[in-house]
Amino acid sequence: MTDAVVDIRGLNKSFGSLHVLRGIDLTVSTGDVVCVIGPSGSGKSTLLRCVNLLEQPESGTVLVGGVDLTDRDCDIDAARRHIGMVFQQFNLFPHLTVLQNCTVAQVTVAKRSTSEATRIARENLVRVGLEDKVDEYPAKLSGGQQQRVAIARALSMDPNLMLFDEPTSALDPELVGEVLSVMRQLASEGMTMLVVTHEMAFAREVADRVIFMDAGAIVEEGRPAEVLGSPTEARTREFLHRVLEPTKLSTDEFLGDRAAPAGGPAMELPKIDPHGLTP
Amino acid sequence: MTTTTTTTRRLSPRQRAQRLRWAQYALLVVAAALAIWLADWPAIYKAFLRPDLILAAVTGGLFSALWMTISYTAGAFVLGLVAGTVVALMRLSPVGPYRWIASAYIEFFRGLPAILVFIAFSLIAIPFPGLQMPWEPYGTVWLALGLVATAYMAETIRAGIQAVPKGQVEAARSLGMPAMVASRKIVLPQAFRIVLPPLTNELILLVKDSSLVFVVGVSLTHFDLTKWGRAMANSEANLTPLVVAGFAYLLITLPLSTLVRRMEHSAEKAH
Ligand SMILES: Nc1ncnc2c1ncn2[C@@H]1O[C@H](COP(=O)(O)OP(=O)(O)OP(=O)(O)O)[C@@H](O)[C@H]1O
Ligand SMILES: [Mg+2]
Repeated sequence: MTDAVVDIRGLNKSFGSLHVLRGIDLTVSTGDVVCVIGPSGSGKSTLLRCVNLLEQPESGTVLVGGVDLTDRDCDIDAARRHIGMVFQQFNLFPHLTVLQNCTVAQVTVAKRSTSEATRIARENLVRVGLEDKVDEYPAKLSGGQQQRVAIARALSMDPNLMLFDEPTSALDPELVGEVLSVMRQLASEGMTMLVVTHEMAFAREVADRVIFMDAGAIVEEGRPAEVLGSPTEARTREFLHRVLEPTKLSTDEFLGDRAAPAGGPAMELPKIDPHGLTP
Repeated sequence: MTTTTTTTRRLSPRQRAQRLRWAQYALLVVAAALAIWLADWPAIYKAFLRPDLILAAVTGGLFSALWMTISYTAGAFVLGLVAGTVVALMRLSPVGPYRWIASAYIEFFRGLPAILVFIAFSLIAIPFPGLQMPWEPYGTVWLALGLVATAYMAETIRAGIQAVPKGQVEAARSLGMPAMVASRKIVLPQAFRIVLPPLTNELILLVKDSSLVFVVGVSLTHFDLTKWGRAMANSEANLTPLVVAGFAYLLITLPLSTLVRRMEHSAEKAH
């Protein structure tokens, strides 16, 4: 229990009348890489954003490094300094250079000297292979480079935990690999990581555990080989079928939910073919 | 006859538009020529551009008046910028009372004619006889002009802050920056870059509004361009000093509006 970096109990979150997270329990142990997969709108981003309290949970507890972030007296700014976050849209600071992006928080909140912050930032930019871009502005970089800067920026705060929210979804296909390779290297160095992703190959190879979420709940979790290879839940199988074999989808399958209210033969949903995964 | 109809019919839309434009140019040239020919130039010169008065104006206090206009404007602008930023942040604060105070302030001062504020300041010594503003007459002018400028600039700056993507704050907060630090280091620098053109426009408006100092009554050495031009025009019974003052305003405002256009142009190119 004590080596759990993340320990979430009974987490609930609603946006108005929309119940987005329904009683999530989740632990992430030190050094583990946990990948969260699931359909759009299932609450993956919201779950991740509850881990550093970018979203305020309604009920439940979120412990990170043993500190209860949902405690009203918790110093959330101090806690966030040890939780790195990487966004789908990079969110680099456009008015600062690559180096300044990586030093601004170190200097203003971690109270490091400029020279120390610069040294640490450079180290991390070397780690992501961007040491020659330190003085560029983000707008001059490709998407893949920007996302690697975002990773270096988070690493510069010496996080105990890294959160990734679909870090490669906004990238052109040929740029996905460079970001994933940085993440793979990070994982091999023992970083604790919670990753929302649609990159099934990455999850299969790098993750210690895969979590499948649907409709605000964890439907299935386990080793990648189990969840991705031989899922026990029908919803997991259907999701993987759609993600892994998008070209084999029949029109019935994706028209299904829209055709459903009209009644008729389309009501035969869910139309899951357990052998669809291994044709 | 048949040939002309066929040629007009053969005109392409572009050719037709071109002919129309030439016709308009010709009309303009005729109108201008008529104006030049019919105008009584010696009378015009005597009324607006008497060379001896231009010389007298330039040597007799134009630069002092220009400097006063710049001083009044600059002080009010700085005050408006600082207070406007504070009011904008209050306007966007999660704390209700801050929001209400900021909204009330903005609505109040945007809804008043600036001259009313100046009149109030000119009369303030009646209910408060002992009241002494520091740095007179600058103190009064800066405060009166600045109070109004604050309201307008707060709205501009608020729009700029709201134009900064939400992800910027989220990234800053997720690095552990408290809300104030995130505002200061991440949001405001980007917001000011966005509102630089509209803020410069407000500076131009402020240059012109500084002419309202005539309401509070300042001594001769503190006359701004308008007051100075008017006084001299009165004593000389001629409009030339006012024309000189007008050109002096353009000397300030034209470079500023060129600057705005440049900034807007480069912002367009950046996208
Ligand atoms: N700030 C918000 N206000 C209102 N509704 C929201 C907000 N954020 C998310 N939602 C809703 O909550 C649900 C879950 O959103 P979330 O972003 O967590 O899904 P997701 O699993 O990350 O989906 P995706 O794969 O599309 O990113 C969605 O229906 C979404 O519309
Ligand atoms: Mg998401």
